[in-house]
Amino acid sequence: MSVILQLLNVLPAALLAGVSAGGQYALIALGYTMVYGILRLINFAHGDIFTVAGFVMFYAVTAMPVYLAIPVTILLTVLLGFTVERLAYKPLRSAPRMSVMISAIGVSYLLQNLMWYITGGQPQQYPVIPWISDKIQIFGQETKRVTVITPLLTVALILLLLVLIKRTKLGLAMRAASRDFETARLMGVKINSVISMTFVIGSFLAAVGSFLFFSNYSTVSPTVGTMPGLKAFVAAVFGGIGSIPGAVVGGFLIGICENLIRAMGYSTFSDAFTFALLILVLCLKPTGLFGEKLEEKV
Amino acid sequence: MLKINDLKVSYGGIEAVKGISFEVPNGQIVTLIGANGAGKSTTLRTIAGLVRPAGGHIQLDGEDITGLSPDKIVSKGITLVPEGRRVFPDLTVLENLRIGAYLRKDSLDSDIKWVYELFPRLQERSWQAAGTLSGGEQQMLAVGRALMSRPKIIMMDEPSLGLAPLVVKGIFEIIREINRQGVTVLLIEQNAYMALHTAHTGYVLETGKITLTGPGKELLRNEDVKRAYLGS
Repeated sequence: MSVILQLLNVLPAALLAGVSAGGQYALIALGYTMVYGILRLINFAHGDIFTVAGFVMFYAVTAMPVYLAIPVTILLTVLLGFTVERLAYKPLRSAPRMSVMISAIGVSYLLQNLMWYITGGQPQQYPVIPWISDKIQIFGQETKRVTVITPLLTVALILLLLVLIKRTKLGLAMRAASRDFETARLMGVKINSVISMTFVIGSFLAAVGSFLFFSNYSTVSPTVGTMPGLKAFVAAVFGGIGSIPGAVVGGFLIGICENLIRAMGYSTFSDAFTFALLILVLCLKPTGLFGEKLEEKV
Repeated sequence: MLKINDLKVSYGGIEAVKGISFEVPNGQIVTLIGANGAGKSTTLRTIAGLVRPAGGHIQLDGEDITGLSPDKIVSKGITLVPEGRRVFPDLTVLENLRIGAYLRKDSLDSDIKWVYELFPRLQERSWQAAGTLSGGEQQMLAVGRALMSRPKIIMMDEPSLGLAPLVVKGIFEIIREINRQGVTVLLIEQNAYMALHTAHTGYVLETGKITLTGPGKELLRNEDVKRAYLGS
């Protein structure tokens, strides 16, 4: 009885933390799922791009005020995503998918090691972004404002993304290209620009995710992005990789479940839960919640 | 006028098109007929810019357009209705039409109206996902989508493939109608009878070479053509 009471006590806070973590996972998961949708590629470097965004912010604030550092970080992260695609994936456009995936793993290690090299591997204190890092009281608990902002901002960005995909010419081209490259080219769609835009959007979302994540987590190290990156990947698979609503639902679900498990006192198992979920999904419903039937693209 | 001069195309070391020359005069319906593997599709795909030729020239109204990218070819006024229709199954009918006009920046309303007049069935299904259409309707959509780029020349790769005879008749009527409205048509077909019957000029393609040419109706009476493609 007392266990249940205790649970009820921590439930609101755990839910809030869960929704917040879930929003961060969702933002990263969108980058995985969009790239997969168009290239059928698991972009293993995506988690590292997220981490680089953390470091860029750390260095940017040493040179400029925060309100400038934020757009600069976004810009450089987007540029990094764009460059990675152009240098590591575009030359392999007609290569077997396995080659592109290996290239992605290579980029992931390259970015990680570059970060070790440049930073010396010391975890760095993430800069305090005013206002969103302020402490506030909610459900009788003290938390940072970012916890509340995250899910709101995530939902707003997702709505914006959906408008882009459903209502704009670029979105139309993305949807067409994700189904059939060749026919999209016959319509006059420049496939390479559409793919670049996909990486630009994915990296933008990862940069926003990094502000929210590191404001909560507060230190940046070269491998800190691996775990959230992997979890976002699980979220994308769980929701059905290639599906945008799937990535969002998956992200929030994993965030909430993890925090509930922690609130019940099983912190040790919260990561294990996520990966057990991955195995379960892959065994029972490999296409995920909203995934399309996997068709080989011609 | 589209002029193909000594076009050669190779796929992984195999020469699929071995130096063919033909002309598509403005306002005509021209057809290439030939068996499977004769190089018909490859020829159209090369003109459309999907495949780079190994040699030869493609000229449109005197301008060399050899080896341009597909988007450049579309903006020059040449469009391809691909084999197997290839509509975008999870886009709506209207979205499929819109993406056909991807490179255009002007208003599409009058063109959408035009396509819907040509294919009233498409208007009824405007908001349906293209994947839910029947084969014949998908072919109409593929043609309508190509027309949305306002082409001078529309190329069609086996538009009758896999369709019921009655639907095939409808498709050929549409081809004539489009042509009457001023669009030049380059058609490849295995249904040689229908194609030659419809075309002003026909070319017979055999293993990468053109072996016969003449007005469509004349080729229909040619003994070699009859034996090889008309089954009589």
